[in-house]
Amino acid sequence: MMRIALLGGLYSNYLALEAALVDARRRGCEAIYCLGDLGAFGPHPDRAFPLLHEHGVACVRGNYDDSIGRELADCQCGYTDPRDNHFAQLSYDYTLANTSPANRAWLRSLPGEIRFDLGSYRVLLCHGSPRRTNEFLWESTTSTHFLEHLADEHEADVICGTHTGIKWRRDLAGGRMFVNVGVLGRPENDGRTNVWYTLLTHRRHHAPRDGILEKSLALCDPPHAKREDYGEIVVEFIPIEYDHQRLAAEMRAQRLPEEFIETIIAGWWTTCLEILPAKERRRGRW
Amino acid sequence: MNQHSPTDQRPWIAIPHLDHLWFQVAGTLCNLTCAHCFISCSPKNDSFGFLSLSDVQRRLEESVPLGVKEYYFTGGEPFLNPELTAILIETLRYGPATVLTNGTVLKDEWLTDLRAAEDASIYSLEFRVSIDGCSPEMNDPVRGAGTFARAMKGVAKLVQYGFLPIITAARVWPIEQDRAIVDRFLEVLRDAGYARPRLKILPTLHLGAEETRTHGYLPSERVTSDMLDGYDQSQLVCHHSRVVTDRGVHVCPILIESHGSVLGQTLSESLVPFAIEHGACTTCYEYGAICSNASSQPLGQEALG
Repeated sequence: MMRIALLGGLYSNYLALEAALVDARRRGCEAIYCLGDLGAFGPHPDRAFPLLHEHGVACVRGNYDDSIGRELADCQCGYTDPRDNHFAQLSYDYTLANTSPANRAWLRSLPGEIRFDLGSYRVLLCHGSPRRTNEFLWESTTSTHFLEHLADEHEADVICGTHTGIKWRRDLAGGRMFVNVGVLGRPENDGRTNVWYTLLTHRRHHAPRDGILEKSLALCDPPHAKREDYGEIVVEFIPIEYDHQRLAAEMRAQRLPEEFIETIIAGWWTTCLEILPAKERRRGRW
Repeated sequence: MNQHSPTDQRPWIAIPHLDHLWFQVAGTLCNLTCAHCFISCSPKNDSFGFLSLSDVQRRLEESVPLGVKEYYFTGGEPFLNPELTAILIETLRYGPATVLTNGTVLKDEWLTDLRAAEDASIYSLEFRVSIDGCSPEMNDPVRGAGTFARAMKGVAKLVQYGFLPIITAARVWPIEQDRAIVDRFLEVLRDAGYARPRLKILPTLHLGAEETRTHGYLPSERVTSDMLDGYDQSQLVCHHSRVVTDRGVHVCPILIESHGSVLGQTLSESLVPFAIEHGACTTCYEYGAICSNASSQPLGQEALG
């Protein structure tokens, strides 16, 4: 068995990051990855970096990381509505001003994607989608055949992304899958204060053990798997509680917008809502 | 002639992937005759015909191996097509669907069925309701007498059925007034019972009826190859979309009446580069993402608070 932890956007929420790292180690994760957007939204962007280094977290470069690293004018989040962009810019200006030159240089060194094998599954970690860093792949506006196309085109059995802020997964043909790992940076618009990360566990089976199992395992095997290499990937979304009141107090002390603080305390998104598709928007409060 | 040769200096846009498939599902037939309609739809304009459920089914099947991400339905007024509800229900089996309507002809039985279909689907069903301004004084001269009130009733009905329609307004006012008009519009929608209104502002397109209302594009208003240097081509509709009409597959929903817009009879045939040499291409270039569900503003313009 091999287990890895996948952390979505951190958005400077170093308190949730700390809690998730402890949780992942406790669950026996052999490797921890972050799928990008280390800064944004929260306070003190530099505080997440030492934690990532200490725990050997390999990171993908998100759109925010690209912008901060290269000191661009905006976050490249991909919003188009002026109201969404207004709040995104407030967050970006604060994060850019408070990220050290050394950390900016480190962000520039991050890869756009990370690939590895988990058992016989080819795993691809990206930020938005394998084809575009800031592509929003929402559950309700992404067709299954589009995801199949991405898996074919990018030669991956398990594609993992983040960027939207809301976790979800879709099983694809031949045991392949797409997983949005959620984010540690802010709650996911459900009225709860916890945040989320994702565990991928590969369970190896050397041979089918009975008729029923053989069938289910065969369904789970990626197309290129060898017969002797039976195995399955189990996806678990893990809720993380952290000291969100402390985060809110620090955000207030940094004079970040009250709308952001409300989200941390109440668990409902209050900004950057116009990008949400109908189903995701309906589940929220605003 | 839409053929790309190595010596051709026109600005050609390739389509790396077909993300958005549009259907001109009601052809050019509409119950309204808007003064700014870029394809001059009206109750009498049948130059493009309806698409049937079986037409759409065939195209949906064709779209699966191409990995199409989302589906869009426009007209004319899509709900004049008697099969539209069935078409949307069928589409939700394949992927997310968005329908562009004027909101004036919606019937309860359709919305009951569509509510159930969206609830049963993993995909969103989006309604975009066109209302061009936050008052009858702004809207009605463009869309017709009484249409503001009728469309607002349609919005209320959609909200009653649990939909969150995206109110889509063509900017028939100076862009400098955007902030004030958006704020007022949101207030009007909230007062009408739409508690969390969604609002998309679109630039007007100087084609069709709009050429008479204001003006057409000048010959000098064209995108040049030089203008594409460093430009994010994914902002252009033709970079990721195609539209099906009863004549074939066209490059984009804006240019269906333009010469050379039919790129093939199958979706695959239509996935060829297109020369953005039309005046309307400059609007698409300038604003970006004009056909997507989110709002758009001139690229590079300061964010609106």
